[in-house]
Amino acid sequence: MSRAVGITGSSYGDWLRRALREWPEAGASWLRDISRTRVSQTRPQRWPRQLGDRWRRSLQLRVITATLVLSAVVVSVLGYFLMQRFVAEVYANKQKSAANVVQAGLTFASQTPIFEKGPSVLSGPAMSKLATQLGPAGATPNGIARPAYAQGGNPYALEVTLPTNLQGRPAFSGGAVWGFYGKPVLPPELVKAVTSSKVSSQKFVWTRMPLQASPKPVPGLLVGAKFGSFYQLYYFFPLAAEQASIALIQRTMLLVGLAVVFLLAAVAWLVTRWVVVPVRLAAYGARRLSAGHLNERMDVRGSDELAALAASFNEMAASLQEKLGELEDLSQVQRQFVSDVSHELRTPLTTIRIAADVLFAAKAEMNPAASRSAELLESQLDRFESLLTDLLEISRYDANAATLDAEPADVCMIVRQSADVAQQLAERRGARIEFRLPAEPCIAEVDKRRVERILRNLLHNAVEHGENKDIVVTVAADSAAAAVSVRDFGVGLAPGEDELVFDRFWRADPARARTLGGTGLGLAIALEDARLHGGWLEAWGERARGCVFRLTLPRAVGGDLHGSPLPLSPDQAGIDSDPLVLADLSGRPQLPGPALAGTGRAHARLPGEALPADVLATDVLPSDLIASDALAASGLSDDGQFVDGQADRPGHSHRSHSGSDSSAAGPSGGSEVAAHG
Amino acid sequence: MKGRVLVVDDDAALAEMLGIVLRGEGFEPTFVADGDRAMEVFRESKPDLVLLDLMLPGMDGIDVCRQIRAESGVPIVMLTAKSDTVDVVLGLESGADDYIVKPFQSKVLIARVRARLRRTDDPAPETLTIGDVTIDVAGHAVHRAGEPLNLTPLEFDLLVALARKPRQVFTREVLLEQVWGYRHAADTRLVNVHVQRLRAKIEKDPERPEIVVTVRGVGYKAGPG
Repeated sequence: MSRAVGITGSSYGDWLRRALREWPEAGASWLRDISRTRVSQTRPQRWPRQLGDRWRRSLQLRVITATLVLSAVVVSVLGYFLMQRFVAEVYANKQKSAANVVQAGLTFASQTPIFEKGPSVLSGPAMSKLATQLGPAGATPNGIARPAYAQGGNPYALEVTLPTNLQGRPAFSGGAVWGFYGKPVLPPELVKAVTSSKVSSQKFVWTRMPLQASPKPVPGLLVGAKFGSFYQLYYFFPLAAEQASIALIQRTMLLVGLAVVFLLAAVAWLVTRWVVVPVRLAAYGARRLSAGHLNERMDVRGSDELAALAASFNEMAASLQEKLGELEDLSQVQRQFVSDVSHELRTPLTTIRIAADVLFAAKAEMNPAASRSAELLESQLDRFESLLTDLLEISRYDANAATLDAEPADVCMIVRQSADVAQQLAERRGARIEFRLPAEPCIAEVDKRRVERILRNLLHNAVEHGENKDIVVTVAADSAAAAVSVRDFGVGLAPGEDELVFDRFWRADPARARTLGGTGLGLAIALEDARLHGGWLEAWGERARGCVFRLTLPRAVGGDLHGSPLPLSPDQAGIDSDPLVLADLSGRPQLPGPALAGTGRAHARLPGEALPADVLATDVLPSDLIASDALAASGLSDDGQFVDGQADRPGHSHRSHSGSDSSAAGPSGGSEVAAHG
Repeated sequence: MKGRVLVVDDDAALAEMLGIVLRGEGFEPTFVADGDRAMEVFRESKPDLVLLDLMLPGMDGIDVCRQIRAESGVPIVMLTAKSDTVDVVLGLESGADDYIVKPFQSKVLIARVRARLRRTDDPAPETLTIGDVTIDVAGHAVHRAGEPLNLTPLEFDLLVALARKPRQVFTREVLLEQVWGYRHAADTRLVNVHVQRLRAKIEKDPERPEIVVTVRGVGYKAGPG
């Protein structure tokens, strides 16, 4: 049971169908890969996940976000340095002009003779008058007095003072005159610096002073210098105007920066749109193509990379369409050919068939040679017909011309009906078919004709390879699927053969003759029949333990299968080794009577001393089949001997005679088992 | 049982072979090989049954079948090389009572022909009623609300089989055996198509049948409820 005889020619149909199925999908998948754009799938999600999804799926979103962030960084760094530079410049200018004003004040003061006198000479009002003259009006060449604080750019002559440490008198303040709010307090560090400096040397400090215009201290430049022997001159230059212009510049720069950032983002959006939209269109086109709209094409505009993408997409679509068209034509040709062959072959075959019938009916009048020839003609025509039928059926599958004609039906009924012929064959060989059917009907939407054919093929196969041992047919269903498993206890399969079994014209052992005259296409057709239902047909087999063929069908047409209600391997089923399960299974009331009667017959003649107690326990159970499998599983008997022993069993033939009267054979088998115990 | 059988087949060898078998069984075969001449020969020979090949030169078998059905209820048995659902259903819908897929055995052919020609010789006077449909079994007549309905013998047999046991559900297999005479149920499409054709004639609304009702997953029954 090892060599495979396959025909490569017949795989053309398989290839054709695979190609038709897979080509559009393969073509579309690479396009999807290069684009990875969003497919609209509206699922209720929370917004962070949605955002994350968008982020991953949208190239455009990522580009725009990146542009926003990067341009914002660049613009702020640039703006910061610009502002730094501008502010520094403004302050430097302020300081320069302030120095000029102070210099002018110092010059005026040094030319004023009264300052040559000591502070004791200088009276308060005189001092005040001088201070007024030292103000900005005094500093200006034309001597026009201006309201000092009304214009932000003008300096304030702050104070002409006597250092307190020299005279012990309070410093004289010109504050009232110059519009200070209250008495200004000079920063002691500045006073100290001025006091210790040389005459006419200016000292600066940036500080805040309370002006009358606003009670809040106003930022400005405070400049101080010594003149004459006793006096110090202080000026305050408010920075209001400069600050206003700095603020204006800042605002402008901020606005311009923001505008630049958003403009850049918009540009990025636009640019990525140019790129992404064609890619999205390509992805959409690929999806449509893979959905079977072979006429889908993209617009080719210009001669850039995107046009190249569109052009190569169109080329791919065109070649795909062409190839598919060719394949379809081929398939059409093949379908037509099958149909023609069907008609052309069948009509003469019918004539031959009827002629053979007439000859066969008249064979009594012929000489022995002619009579035998008529018999052979008749029987071989049967074989020829079934081979032709099977070949046509399989070519119909190859041409994709098979259609499912499904309607609700009881799978148990179908099992019963399709077992008729196999049951007769099995009985002739002394074997029995045991049914394990659920009590309630098992309704599924199936093509009855095809399911019957699958089951007939499986049962035929089981009888053919079952080594004249019994066969178990189990039916089970769940909400989604109905399953039928056919178990035989024959020669089984070698590892790897469970897939070869479905190959066309495959024979487990080419040297072995087909005793029942199968065509070699039965299981291949059964597999196609199962696939047409969207179902599964699987095989399990082990040397000397037999085979399991399991058919699983969705209960509704188009239903998805996620599992089978029945196990494939008997090891999974647990029926090989567990006596309790056996008892449970066999004790079910729906188990047919004849099967119950078959207790232990098959193994009645096995060497009793080889049987351990627990297996013997199973042996008294209703079905000898289960027990035989238990034996095989427990590794009791040498595989070869087991098989040979079965085949050569002298008493086996009597079973075929008593096949119709099973109740008589049963108890006798049972008693023999009891004798072993 | 004598019967005139018209064999419409373009294959000379098969037609001759069919003739040998039919004569051997006591039928009187007539032959026509051309679809265009089929109607002419049909009218001349007035057969009791037509054996009709679906693929014919000239007018094809389906059209011949329709034309015969248009003027007669004579049993038509199709001979077809195609067993695909579409072809079979098309043939049945065009009016054939039964079909045989080539290649077939002579005994199958004879059995089908006999089944179609079988008539209960002298049926007892019997009137059946389902809904507003009355069936005069002996008179072979069906009326709905007093109006006569024109059923073929097969449709009549199907209706009578259902009406004899109102409210009993018949599986398609049982109907195949009772009406068509099949021992081993093969093709339930036969039943489906003929039930549809019967409904088209006797139901007020064939989409919502009240006389012949489908019992999902089982079969058909006569009468509402």
